[in-house]
Amino acid sequence: MSPRAACRLQTLGFTDVYDYVLGKADWLAHGLPTEGEHADVPRAKDVLRDDVVTAQLDEPIGAVRERVARSPYGFAFVLAGDGTLLGRLRKATLDGDADAAAQDVMDPGPSTVRADSKLEKLAARMRQHNLDAMVVTTPQGRLLGVVRRDDAERRLDEADAPGL
Amino acid sequence: MATRIDLDGLQELVAGGAQLVEVLPRGEYVEEHLPGAINLPLKELDAATTRQLDHSRPIIVYCWDGL
Repeated sequence: MSPRAACRLQTLGFTDVYDYVLGKADWLAHGLPTEGEHADVPRAKDVLRDDVVTAQLDEPIGAVRERVARSPYGFAFVLAGDGTLLGRLRKATLDGDADAAAQDVMDPGPSTVRADSKLEKLAARMRQHNLDAMVVTTPQGRLLGVVRRDDAERRLDEADAPGL
Repeated sequence: MATRIDLDGLQELVAGGAQLVEVLPRGEYVEEHLPGAINLPLKELDAATTRQLDHSRPIIVYCWDGL
């Protein structure tokens, strides 16, 4: 639709016209602010935490293990140089050979959600599958952070509370 | 053909004073839109409705996902 709109504007005499081709879906998925009647619907971006431990592909997991021990999480994510999420290091993996490179022992391709995902659906999914957290990335796969189930449920309770 | 831009390009242009135009139907705009965007649905784009746009500033159009 936007290519046709841009073309129409040019036929109407506008010369400096740009087309944000990825559109509103892309904007929302980056967790950026919006305006409108649905702007206040609780979403993943509202409770996003960016304090999760990350590791480089060739990093020995012994070093990652120490950072995870100091964090509130029992896992770490493995990222490419540009921040793209490539894998996950679980607690059991982190307890293994300290010299192993992260990319050799990671679980590749963890499931992710977008920052504009509705919190109500995410919380239900986490309850159903007994998950403590879900991973949030941009549409291009770059890690934004995690949504914890307790945060999601607290935020939904606040949204439901009368007078708030 | 209009220049295609990504998120970085959009943010740079908006910071420089570009006008944001959502071309989706009004109902979708009312529900949620980018900050500062105005709504000019594709089906209503004509000389009269675009009179509110400033010819001297860049215009960025967007829909849901470019399709």
